Amino acid sequence: MNPAALLATVTGRREPALALLIVLLLVLIGLRAPFFITLDSFEGVLTDTSILMMLAVAEMLVILTRGIDLSLAANVALTGMAMALLSQAYPDLPVIAYVVGAMLFGAGLGAFNGFFVAVVGLPPIVVTLGTLSMFRGLVFVLSGGAWVNKHEMSVTYQTFPMNRFLGLPHLLWIAIIVIPLMWVFMRHTKAGRSLYAIGGNPQAARYVGVPVAARLFMAYALAGLIAGLSGYLWTARFAIAYTEIAIGLELVVIAACVIGGVSIAGGVGTIPGAVLGALFLGIIANALPVMGWSPFWKQAISGAIILVAVVVNSRSERRKGKIIVRRAEEHPR
Amino acid sequence: MVAGPVLLNVRGLSKQFPGVKALDDVSLRVRAGEVMALVGENGAGKSTIVKILTGIYKPDAGTIEIAGTPMQFSRPTDAWAAGISAIHQETSVFEDLTVGENIFMGHQPTRGRGPLVDWKGIHRRSAEILDRMDVAISTRSLVRELSVAERHILGVAKALAHDAQIVIMDEPSASLSRKEIDHLMVIVRQLRDEGKGIIFISHKFVEIFEIADRYAVLRDGQLVGEGNVADVTQDELVKLMVGRSVEEVFPKVDVPIGDVVLEVSHFTHDTEFEDISFTLRKGEILGFYGLVGSGRSEVMQSIFGVTRSRSGTLSMHGRPIKISSPSEAMKHGLALVPEDRQQQGAILPLSIRQNMTLALIDQLSPRGFLSRRRELGVTRDMGARLSIKAAHWDQQVDELSGGNQQKVVIGKWLATRPEVMILDEPTKGIDIGSKAAVHEFMGELVAQGLAVILVSSELEEVRGMADRIIVMHEGRICGEFSRDEATAEAIVTVASGAQAGP
Repeated sequence: MNPAALLATVTGRREPALALLIVLLLVLIGLRAPFFITLDSFEGVLTDTSILMMLAVAEMLVILTRGIDLSLAANVALTGMAMALLSQAYPDLPVIAYVVGAMLFGAGLGAFNGFFVAVVGLPPIVVTLGTLSMFRGLVFVLSGGAWVNKHEMSVTYQTFPMNRFLGLPHLLWIAIIVIPLMWVFMRHTKAGRSLYAIGGNPQAARYVGVPVAARLFMAYALAGLIAGLSGYLWTARFAIAYTEIAIGLELVVIAACVIGGVSIAGGVGTIPGAVLGALFLGIIANALPVMGWSPFWKQAISGAIILVAVVVNSRSERRKGKIIVRRAEEHPR
Repeated sequence: MVAGPVLLNVRGLSKQFPGVKALDDVSLRVRAGEVMALVGENGAGKSTIVKILTGIYKPDAGTIEIAGTPMQFSRPTDAWAAGISAIHQETSVFEDLTVGENIFMGHQPTRGRGPLVDWKGIHRRSAEILDRMDVAISTRSLVRELSVAERHILGVAKALAHDAQIVIMDEPSASLSRKEIDHLMVIVRQLRDEGKGIIFISHKFVEIFEIADRYAVLRDGQLVGEGNVADVTQDELVKLMVGRSVEEVFPKVDVPIGDVVLEVSHFTHDTEFEDISFTLRKGEILGFYGLVGSGRSEVMQSIFGVTRSRSGTLSMHGRPIKISSPSEAMKHGLALVPEDRQQQGAILPLSIRQNMTLALIDQLSPRGFLSRRRELGVTRDMGARLSIKAAHWDQQVDELSGGNQQKVVIGKWLATRPEVMILDEPTKGIDIGSKAAVHEFMGELVAQGLAVILVSSELEEVRGMADRIIVMHEGRICGEFSRDEATAEAIVTVASGAQAGP
């Protein structure tokens, strides 16, 4: 039994097990590179992983409903490009315009997915595979294939994510706000809970009066909103927008969900789980150069970890069979 | 009990599905403070009525009035808001959510007027409801961990939580033990005395006569009789339900019974069944009766090698054999036609030909390539034997009617030339005509020297077709009857978990 599975069995829950695993990982890295275990370095890793964590949360909404959104990273690229061009055309806009604009733009792209999945009833994988290409293509159309470089963006646009408030970069603050908000939404609102119902048993969800189509639409639109916000943050932080940004990121995001215990079969998953899954991958990505390993290892390692995570998931989720035989000792009535 | 004013008044309800008239001009009335039993065979239209009353289906014609007000349900929430709550036949639960959340899903109370769900309230109120029903289930345990019976109780709890005026119970007792049923009856009476209208759907006459004030009988989508339960006998109800003599639907052929073909000894599984032993003889139809969820299908699946985690031994013609996969089972001459055609039986998007030869692919591929000519040969042969109605053999299976789909599945297994054929609910959800054809065909099978195991929840089917009947309850064999001893009362009593003896 691998350590993750062992921990999962011991603690019975994914999140504490994953948190322990992360601590273990940090200790191992710290043995070889002590400077990795400093507050400064933590802040760097967290800031670096902020976008991935938010995107994992966005992806989780959709996976919970038995769907998948392959277009999230393309949404990041398209919204990012749109906002960068906006800043180029109107350099005097305040930051809030970009933030709100990115959220609306991204939500629009997500709603496009949501329309085809929830209203037309097409399979999510087909719809979002289509919009993945479409959004990427539109980045090219919008920019004419050109890059938007640092000197073409307004200063407010590009400095906002890394400017500090109370000692922490805005980018990290946004993650610190978005993630708990989403946690409250998923844990404590009827709309959030209905996504669990839809993924757990779509038929039963309909029977108890969950407006399934409306909630599905909401999940995709909300995922798009978060992706759009991430799009602005991404282009602003790296001060560049081009067609290929965040390319392939959708797979990393899905991986983060799977590692975080979100079931691809739907109905199971938590915000802390998805966030920890993202953090796990983020730490590995940041630790590799520190350890003196080629960043190309990153993909191979995250691939291996995904396999392990899937095995752990399927083992812990495996039906133990129906309980039919009534044993006296189990029913002390 | 004096019934109050009319709560629910349904007039002229009709519903047409492709090829089937599910409901034809049905009118029903339910008064406050009365229990109305809705009876009928499977496929008679009971579930369609339930689905219309709960806003899942829209009727083609007819009106629904609640307490005198005409209603139109376009969504389940409409029916819910109008005060109708149904405990559905299929356990519609969310396995990965807690008991409390299941009870309130879709209608969670919120804290004050804010958007946040009132979890404390959910768990407190759920606990109250479960207490009122006198059941010890934690509201925080996951439904995944509940037994079948507990899941049904959860269904009742849902209706109670909603405080509905009209409660529909669609076979609420199907998999409950006698004690749990008694319990349920207390709850039903409690609801009735509170002035609610209850529609009670059950196949068990004992319960109907125990609890119901009035009855309504459906047959083939039509209302064929209604009245006071006090004025009717069980025989009269059965006659109304079936509308024909038992011999017509169950053409039992008498075949000489031969030697023991299959012997199962002490089959035991962790959670699903325990100490299952029986023998099966050549030319015999062995009925397996039990309530839904009593472990019959699970036993069959483990004999066929689908489930591996079990102990016990198996022998054929007196020689011990080991089966650890379905393909080994097939090699030993076993065939299993599973219960759920859509999930386990036919591959719907494939053609009849492709389905029919699925279990035979190796034999039909002499040099590694599938021979289309041989495939067609097998398909024509089986198609003719089973009189499958199709436009052509390359027609997709999902275009066929339920009965013909079932025939394709049976044909697939028959083509493997088995000695033992296990049929798990072979006539579930198909029309009377196809049913008779499947029954006739079972007679042919045994006449050709096969041995058949018939798993069924339909008492009349088992009584009509089987030479011997084994009754299961909660994963154990709790009775065996020869054809002559098999009275309905005796079987139902044993199957519902009552102790043997008077």
